[in-house]
Amino acid sequence: MSVTYIDAIREAQLKLLQDDPRVFIYGQDISTFGGAFKATKGLADLFPGRVADSPISEDAMVGMAVGAAIEGMRPIIEMQFADFSSVAFNQIVNQAGTHYYRTGVPMPITIRMPSGGTAGSGPFHSQSMEGVYAQYPGLVVLTPATVSDAYHMLIDGVALDDPVIYCEHKYLYRWLKAESMAGERLPIGKARIARPGRHATVVAYSAMVHESVRAAEDLRNEGWEVEVVDLRSVKPLDTETVLESVARTGRLLAVGESFPWGGATAEVVSRVVQDGFHLLDAPPMRVNARDTPVPYHPKLWSAHRPGQDLIRETLRQLLVY
Amino acid sequence: MPGNSFAGLEGGSYNRRVQLATQPKPAGLAGNTEFLRKVYQAMLRARILENKMSSLYKAGKIVGGVYLGRGQEAVSAALGASLVKGKDFFAPLIRDQAGRTAFGEPLLDCTRTYLGSVLGPTRGRDGNVHRGRPKEGMPTMISHLGVQLSVVAGMLFAKRLQGTLGDRVGATCLGDGATSTGSFHEGLNFAAVERLPFVLVVTNNQYAYSTPNTSQFACADLVEKARGYGVGGLSVDGTDFLATVSVVGEAVRRARAGEGPQLVVAHVLRLSGHGEHDDASYVPQEMRSSHCGRDCMDVARTQLLELGAVTVDEIAGWEEQYAEEVQQAVAQAQQEPQPDPDTEDWMAVSTHFPAR
Repeated sequence: MSVTYIDAIREAQLKLLQDDPRVFIYGQDISTFGGAFKATKGLADLFPGRVADSPISEDAMVGMAVGAAIEGMRPIIEMQFADFSSVAFNQIVNQAGTHYYRTGVPMPITIRMPSGGTAGSGPFHSQSMEGVYAQYPGLVVLTPATVSDAYHMLIDGVALDDPVIYCEHKYLYRWLKAESMAGERLPIGKARIARPGRHATVVAYSAMVHESVRAAEDLRNEGWEVEVVDLRSVKPLDTETVLESVARTGRLLAVGESFPWGGATAEVVSRVVQDGFHLLDAPPMRVNARDTPVPYHPKLWSAHRPGQDLIRETLRQLLVY
Repeated sequence: MPGNSFAGLEGGSYNRRVQLATQPKPAGLAGNTEFLRKVYQAMLRARILENKMSSLYKAGKIVGGVYLGRGQEAVSAALGASLVKGKDFFAPLIRDQAGRTAFGEPLLDCTRTYLGSVLGPTRGRDGNVHRGRPKEGMPTMISHLGVQLSVVAGMLFAKRLQGTLGDRVGATCLGDGATSTGSFHEGLNFAAVERLPFVLVVTNNQYAYSTPNTSQFACADLVEKARGYGVGGLSVDGTDFLATVSVVGEAVRRARAGEGPQLVVAHVLRLSGHGEHDDASYVPQEMRSSHCGRDCMDVARTQLLELGAVTVDEIAGWEEQYAEEVQQAVAQAQQEPQPDPDTEDWMAVSTHFPAR
């Protein structure tokens, strides 16, 4: 029996609701309807009152979670799409993100953000917000790439006493399958070697891990062994594992799906240049989406989003530099 | 009922005729002398404390700005005193020193925060009015207006989920300017949809910083919004002590009794600048000398004396006592250490991750 990425998210929430009476889920269309992506399907019936529909009020949804957390709850907020979290930006970065530092009172809220592009979704249902939130202090930003991580990192994220931005990739929801959810359970903040290699390091996260692994497979026929590091969380960022990999390979490509200005890939390159300049045999490279809104038409979208082909061709340049 | 329309304002370009929603008579309050005295004492404490903060600001002793609730003491204290610390929730805003005091915030929380003591509730990490005691039912405001509505509503929502809501009430305050924010709309609508025991007190002090009501909203009285949100609405002259105590108390009573969220709009004039850096020269003299420019402290004193609820000597005694308390709170905060960047942990999250 195979398990999908979205199954893992639902199962994690089921387990959280079962095991911890402080957990509840709040979001748009999530109770009897089960959510736009069915991540909460059936949960409202199992846990009456604890899987509740919100008005279309992202700001109030997160403000409500902050208040509930002060009173001892561990709310999970489902943004219908990560894109809409911009409406809640103030509550996330200024209210939730500053709370522990200003008051000493922890803020255990988890905000699930259906992230990333899918064909035909267009500018407002495709965004990757991890870099925006990681830039602010006080937030933990998780970017699971595997079924096992989708499951364990949601459970571990809700257990944290800090605000968690859980970026779940919509492209992986039903496409990504595994035999079970019980994969290797690494702690939050620890990166994973998704594919070992020795000629170059690709640092990626979320759906880009799979694109990078496929690009690496393409190059194996040509004799290149490319290592792929799955960051798992972009904040905290496991610089040590990245540097260890670059020490083995001497070459770095950072891959992210978000817009190219700044963000997680720029942070990775910056840290490697600062702390591991001596390890590099070639200038580090980055691959991101293009610097336009995410386009609607699948032909435009697939050329906007970084994918297997672009990563492979960029790696070719990096490997022979 | 006297004092519920601003006769002195009529005909002015900034005129906003107050259209009253159903409003309780202050009858019965006269019999509750103890409560009236409690509200007035909080107002007086707050005024004396804030006058001291203003002086310290002008003497350059304050870290950052100073923001006063002068002219809003009656409505703020009426709310704070109507709530029960240890049970109810209260999210004060910028001009709620009187409400904080009435609710039970120690004077030291104020002086420590303004004077930058590391022993204050925010330990120097935030300042002035951005202080609270979240674990004691008093969340800490941020500068972005309207966002506390959903926070307080969320606290109530949590208690309902936990099965311990009981007859608890949650309340927050904001001004006329904050009613223009999206957060105001989202928060009040959320509280209304969930029919929470929530009280929102809007103190219309005529100006949001320098922006007059005419540029802020287009309805005659902000209380008209209550109908649109499906919540109870009460409007009151916030300079009238007895009316204000009565109306705010009634709103809290209704919320506590399960009648759903209540919106109170109190009409006053801000008797200070936005902060002590601001001379408020944009407020016309005729407005200052109009009905809404009355000082609620003076009105309260007169009304309480007329009722026989206090004596002149008692008030004088309180003034002396509070001035001494304020002096001690200032002196103590001034002796305490300031934050030290070398011992600061610089941690924005509570989890100690190996990686950063």
